[in-house]
Amino acid sequence: MAIPLIDPDDLAFTLWRVLGAEALTHYPRFAEHDRGTFEAVIETARRLAEEKFRPHAAKSDANEPRLENGKVVLIPEIAEAVAAFAEAGFLAAHHDAELGGMQLPWTIQQTAFAHFKAANVPTAAYPFLTIAAANLIHAHGSEEQKRRWMPPMLGGRFFGTMALSEPHAGSSLSDVRTAARHLDDDRYAIKGAKMWTSGGEHELGQNIVHMTLARIVGAPAGVKGLSLFIVPRYRLGADGAPAEPNGVRLVGLNHKMGYRGTVNTALSLGDDDDCIGWLVGEPNQGLRQMFHMMNETRVGVALGAIMLAYQGYLESLDYARNRPQGRHPGDKDPTTPQLPLIEHADVRRMLLQQKAVAEGGLMLALDLALRIDRGNHDPDDTVRAREALLLDFLTPIIKAWYSDRALEANSNAIQIFGGYGYTRDYPVERLYRDNRLNPIHEGANAIQAIDLLGRKASMRDGAAFTAFLDEVDTALAEAEGIAEVDAIRAATQTARDDLAKTTVALLAKAPDIGPIKLLANAHAYMDLAGLVAFGWVWLRQAIVAARDLDNAPRGRPRDLLQGKLHTARYVAAWELPRTAQHAALLMALDDSVLSMRDGWF
Amino acid sequence: MKVLVPVKRVIDYNVKVRVKADQTGVELANVKMSMNPFDEIAIEEAIRMKEAGKAEEVIAVSIGPQQAQETIRTALAMGADRGVHVLHDGVVEPLAVAKMLKAIVEKEGPTVVILGKQAIDDDCNQTGQMLSALLGWSQATFASKIEVGDGELTVTREVDAGLETIKVKTPAIVTTDLRLNEPRYASLPNIMKAKKKPIEAMSPADLGVDPTPRLATLKVVEPAKRAGGVKVADVAELVSKLKNEAKVI
Repeated sequence: MAIPLIDPDDLAFTLWRVLGAEALTHYPRFAEHDRGTFEAVIETARRLAEEKFRPHAAKSDANEPRLENGKVVLIPEIAEAVAAFAEAGFLAAHHDAELGGMQLPWTIQQTAFAHFKAANVPTAAYPFLTIAAANLIHAHGSEEQKRRWMPPMLGGRFFGTMALSEPHAGSSLSDVRTAARHLDDDRYAIKGAKMWTSGGEHELGQNIVHMTLARIVGAPAGVKGLSLFIVPRYRLGADGAPAEPNGVRLVGLNHKMGYRGTVNTALSLGDDDDCIGWLVGEPNQGLRQMFHMMNETRVGVALGAIMLAYQGYLESLDYARNRPQGRHPGDKDPTTPQLPLIEHADVRRMLLQQKAVAEGGLMLALDLALRIDRGNHDPDDTVRAREALLLDFLTPIIKAWYSDRALEANSNAIQIFGGYGYTRDYPVERLYRDNRLNPIHEGANAIQAIDLLGRKASMRDGAAFTAFLDEVDTALAEAEGIAEVDAIRAATQTARDDLAKTTVALLAKAPDIGPIKLLANAHAYMDLAGLVAFGWVWLRQAIVAARDLDNAPRGRPRDLLQGKLHTARYVAAWELPRTAQHAALLMALDDSVLSMRDGWF
Repeated sequence: MKVLVPVKRVIDYNVKVRVKADQTGVELANVKMSMNPFDEIAIEEAIRMKEAGKAEEVIAVSIGPQQAQETIRTALAMGADRGVHVLHDGVVEPLAVAKMLKAIVEKEGPTVVILGKQAIDDDCNQTGQMLSALLGWSQATFASKIEVGDGELTVTREVDAGLETIKVKTPAIVTTDLRLNEPRYASLPNIMKAKKKPIEAMSPADLGVDPTPRLATLKVVEPAKRAGGVKVADVAELVSKLKNEAKVI
């Protein structure tokens, strides 16, 4: 029997017990739903992911996309999986009924998508990119653009991409050079080169819609001069069907370490002055429009990293339970049977690290999805504003902290497998390679750390930061008097105080020391804040577990809760104390990194 | 024509079944339940008959506790038109099920009843055959292909010797085998549509059937654990062990 994509008991505990996601049905937009429809959607996702996505994950890794007669060739299972995904209605699920959607909350959609990410993250990228591109058109496009582009995208006939990076400008979007010259109405002639475009060319559908950042001739330098364009592979005829090519040329494929099933391309736009882009919204608003989607996209990247950690955890847990290897320290008698790996304390340490990151990460990702739903649909202005602030603060944390820790988790999974983990006979090395992308894309983790300390901590006079501390304090207050959660409560309190005093001290010094010195140690600040958020999610899980424990039946239901309480103890003892080290380094304005010189390396 | 499809709520095929500590049965508390996989195949076949214009209405029936409604809802989300739920807590044996189904068939008047050949919990493989006998209808069991003709069905059956094709007159009972079709996923729009489809509720008494079990379960135990093997030094030792210890030769 294959291991599950997500432990269903853990998911039920997190989604319904800890997060109380059923309350979403009180919002008018979701009133047609009940827990039954939510669970039916999740069940369809689980089956589809297990039956159509997971089986070809290793095959598509071993057979990366290739060019044949100028066309991109993917293994056929990818097209089948993507078609089944579209047919089940997942592309449109969160949209209105008129667009073929079911007004599904983002929280439930993310829960469903978590299964596809766990099953096969490279294949899942094709529909997810299309959903993100359609969301951009939905949010910022004209009525005409929505009418022309959205139905074929949500129907799975057109695919979408994000064409931002260029060969010389990856993280540094202010250096984007692709030019847009006005023709008439919303039409512009586009010329330039794009790099790292995932899903940039393939034959999965009839057309590909590149959401492209370019600079209108005469626009200001830097990010303030970027505009967003719809640049299709084929222009549309009067009937809306794809007609003549639009001057988007495939320059080459990038050959990657992991995530191989997702074709990654270098594109050239308008070599022969034959590429047209349709401006989305107003000129020079491109980056702002992209950022509108960025929170959701970054939480999505984090969820992908977390699900890879989750799969590695379940794989290595299964292996550790079944692989006999070695004996306890002190037992030197070779005639006794070998112990299963899980009997060794250090193997359990590596399993605990993975469990803490995987289950804690899944909870935080779904918690943020709930904040997106509440931020969009709560009738109370103050609730919406507060959720938006919390989302601003927690998004760089989930993206950077969890993608780093998830990679560590995958490394631990390989370690548990030993030499076998290093071979392609087992999936854990592939999970690690797939996951290695996540600290890099959608804003490298260093940029997330700079965003957190340089912008989010101080934004609106520290309102986002304060809102986060309030949330932590609420959980701490709730934990008072529950003996089972004492360790995680105390450790979270200490970590929270380390973060509070460090942030106040740094921001007070910021005007004097300037941004270069302030942000030099942002990496340590990210780990500090990430650990507080880590303690916070495990404290919340532990509180519910402690409450439910008395009435839990013996066996699996009780073990699940004991496992939650014990993992919280691990987090308190092994992880959270790192905040003291970070606080000391940050408050001392340590410059060992900043003052190192190039020539001394 | 109308097609009636009974669907049973069973322990999910992925769950590792555990025997209750008091040996009265298997552990059902907090265990994931879903539709019997053979019944999914039956629902799928009925929906395909409707899509091909051979059937007008597909009715899903379930006998079981309140949660059996979820199983009916799954059938409705796949594409069945309406449901009938006979509320009954506790064990119900194939004969009682067949009697209740007979009463529902007489009320609804379907031309074909498609059942899973067996349920994966008790593996009885009886209900379809019993229903056929009670109704006096023809039966075609273990179907891997069904063609709907005029007043008859041509059914390919999976039998020990291979495949057997028979013709049965309608009304008829068909039970499904694994290779009949690949059931569809409940699509998201259909999950929403299923919420609005009606489920009629009734009790065994409404159908004039007493569901009290006629069999008593003495005890349920796990299969014996397989003992570890031993290595023998040579053929002589093997023969000696087979003769003296295992006493099989």
